[in-house]
Amino acid sequence: MSDASQLSGPATDDATTGSLVPVDWLPTRDGMFGAPDSGDTSGFGGLHAVEEMPGPSPRPYGEWFDDAVDTLIANLPGGGEEIEKVVVDRGELTVYVSRGGVVATLQALRDVPALRFELSLGVSGVHYPADAGRELHAVYHLVSITHGARALRVETAAPAADPHVASTVSVYPAHDWHEREAYDMFGIVFDGHPALARILMPNDWVGHPGCKDYPLGGVNVQFHGASVPPVDERRRYYS
Amino acid sequence: MNTDHVAPPPDTEFDDAAFVAAAGGDWSDVADEIARLTEERVVVNMGPQHPSTHGVLRLILELSGETVTETRVGVGYLHTGIEKTMEYRTWTQGVALTTRMDYVASMANELTYVLAVERLLGITGAVPPRAALIRMLMAELTRVASHLIAVGTGGNELGGTTLMTVGFRGREEILRFFEMVTGQRMNNAYLRVGGVAQDLPPDALAFLRGAFGGVLRSIDDLEDLLMKNPIYRGRLEGIGYLDLAGCMALGITGPVLRATGLPFDLRRAAPYCGYEDVEFDVVTETTADAWGRFMVRMREMRQSMRIAAQCIERLEASPGPVMVADKRIAWPSQLSLGPDGQGQSPAHVREMLSGSMESLIHHVKLVTEGFRVPAGQVFVQTEHPKGSHGVHLVSDGGPRPYRAHVREPSFNNLQALAALCNGGTVSDVIVGLASLDPVLGGVDR
Amino acid sequence: MADGVEGKVPAFALGSVAKVVGTLRAGSTWPVTMGLACCAIEMMAAGTARFDLSRFGMEVFRASPRQADLMIVSGRVSHKMAPVVRRVYDQMAEPKWVISMGACACTGGVFNNYALVQGCDHVVPVDIYLPGCPPRPEMLIHAILELHQQIKAEPLGPDRATVARAVEQAALATLAPGEARPATVNGVLA
Repeated sequence: MSDASQLSGPATDDATTGSLVPVDWLPTRDGMFGAPDSGDTSGFGGLHAVEEMPGPSPRPYGEWFDDAVDTLIANLPGGGEEIEKVVVDRGELTVYVSRGGVVATLQALRDVPALRFELSLGVSGVHYPADAGRELHAVYHLVSITHGARALRVETAAPAADPHVASTVSVYPAHDWHEREAYDMFGIVFDGHPALARILMPNDWVGHPGCKDYPLGGVNVQFHGASVPPVDERRRYYS
Repeated sequence: MNTDHVAPPPDTEFDDAAFVAAAGGDWSDVADEIARLTEERVVVNMGPQHPSTHGVLRLILELSGETVTETRVGVGYLHTGIEKTMEYRTWTQGVALTTRMDYVASMANELTYVLAVERLLGITGAVPPRAALIRMLMAELTRVASHLIAVGTGGNELGGTTLMTVGFRGREEILRFFEMVTGQRMNNAYLRVGGVAQDLPPDALAFLRGAFGGVLRSIDDLEDLLMKNPIYRGRLEGIGYLDLAGCMALGITGPVLRATGLPFDLRRAAPYCGYEDVEFDVVTETTADAWGRFMVRMREMRQSMRIAAQCIERLEASPGPVMVADKRIAWPSQLSLGPDGQGQSPAHVREMLSGSMESLIHHVKLVTEGFRVPAGQVFVQTEHPKGSHGVHLVSDGGPRPYRAHVREPSFNNLQALAALCNGGTVSDVIVGLASLDPVLGGVDR
Repeated sequence: MADGVEGKVPAFALGSVAKVVGTLRAGSTWPVTMGLACCAIEMMAAGTARFDLSRFGMEVFRASPRQADLMIVSGRVSHKMAPVVRRVYDQMAEPKWVISMGACACTGGVFNNYALVQGCDHVVPVDIYLPGCPPRPEMLIHAILELHQQIKAEPLGPDRATVARAVEQAALATLAPGEARPATVNGVLA
């Protein structure tokens, strides 16, 4: 974590929910119904809504989260430099780490007895095309059986121009197929993976279908005397 | 000898190890050619169309004689793009897509999804207790149906068609109840965000009580056929061994994990839907082999029936709503049986069309646009018949998921196949695969 | 070219022989074991005790396509699976029939997206379309019985392989704008 003050922010009463901060990389909405192809007859066309994602949470996080984050920071080789922010939202803990620190973080989470997240439920990719420089996120879902099915999420991000994240197969061998899937769907290259090949799509497939800029790819649906475009090309309520 | 079909391919890079590609033709020609050119080391492709691979799974086995020296698994032949399709459908419609992932355990998939959306919405506590009970009942019956298929088709792959017919017989009893309640035998799409689609029909619980005997009799029959069957025991015992350390490393959960002796069951470890209020035992075995997994499944079915019986008792005693009271989320109408077999309830249609304009607007907005979900992300896991089933949802505040990812236990567990099969014989591959019980719809999604 | 029984029958007996051959073919239609997705479970259920496909002489699902006459495309066909489906079809001996089981196999179903072939008739010629998601086992049995009727009524003419090739070539041909595809009846160019 680069700015330590974010980790130890002022205490609030609502400890389990992070403050909501406007995030400029989520889609914004203009107008009320969002259909851009018709004139504004509602009078609500001037509305401009910015979506808010949960931002960094202030201390204390509540539950077991504070102890876990403290233990994690104490056991990281960079002394916590790897952690970008900690978000507690809807009772779930998410630790955002730099892509260089993901292996060390998972190693510590798995091996330190007070943490002991021995089971990983895999990796999922998320594509935020508007999050400049951090378009591709890899999200790791960990579970500690020792400490009563505690769950924790580690998230890291890579730019689309340089989609490299260190592979964590050495820490959790279960990540083998999950990383292949994230590569297949999102094009995240996991450096050090033993055999990073496509897993779901055919080997010669072009493109990564999970990405937001990849079209859904349906065909027109034919009815008697009518043709309906596929769902991603129909008129929608907002973008 | 006609060796056209066994000729080494051009540009072969196998200089010291001769390479024989066999595609069709007389097998004895192929065998002769292999004997002439190589040592006894054969790479056999199995699937994706093969009666014993549990669906469209492809295995590439490297054999030395009858011994498997290396197993590679090829998946993706059933990739359906469900996760991406969910990004273009409303949160409610997502249920109908998740149900088609692991298609023998439909409502177990739906359960995780609706719990995840409810956590995103922050309405977990607002779901009526009757809806939670119905969900628990459905999840447990789904578990029994899934395990009956696992044991039945597993037996069929070993050559015992009777096991499949017995397993399916018990499953049919459950499916008749599902059809009565949800209108569909499979792919039910019955659970809804905020509750369930519709309350149980008036005579459904009595019907289910009547069906219990048939399900239990199928379980009994399978036990009678298999528990002391020397052939079956001989095929399963000591085969496909994977101990606790292996399971942890490979992220294996569910019956495979419990067969190693670890009583990890999310219904007990992190209860949801009211599992903390029902009595059941977490079943474990200690042999960590295919036999142990079979035993876990058999005993788990009885525990699931035990939970289902408790659910029936409580459901009979507790009428009430089955959908959250919040009209911004609750589906506006109950379905009813019209002349075409389905439809909106006539009372609701009357209210919309002749009573209240606002009611009509509300109905149309909620059904076509759907409700919006505050931005954020959640990961919810439940105990699926195959293991820990997780749903990772990201919302951008809109009426559709920004990203939906399903962590399917089948997908993860299938990674262990190489560890189970390498060093065994070809026939043990079938046993090892059947003991993992992957469903390819869930693996490939 | 007239292969098989068609070429060996004197013209005056062709009608009677066609009836006998049709009845024999319809009474021993063996499906190939090719399960794809959800529909495959219902296909298996159709073979078990409650629905009992063996009443129609059809419980013998053949694991090898070379021994089968009927391919039931039971479920969604992905782009990765499509060549395999076609290969299984090509390995089956003539005469052979195809039932497209379920909404996904017929049209792509609810999955109108990048991953699926939007209807297995892009890959193999289909004789019977069976909608449903998934269709009940009774519906599958109904489809099979319908197919039996078609098989029985099938005239003995030019051999099926040649006809199927011609129909497929016609279907693959690039059409000029506005030009209609040649119509087919029971897989034969009308």
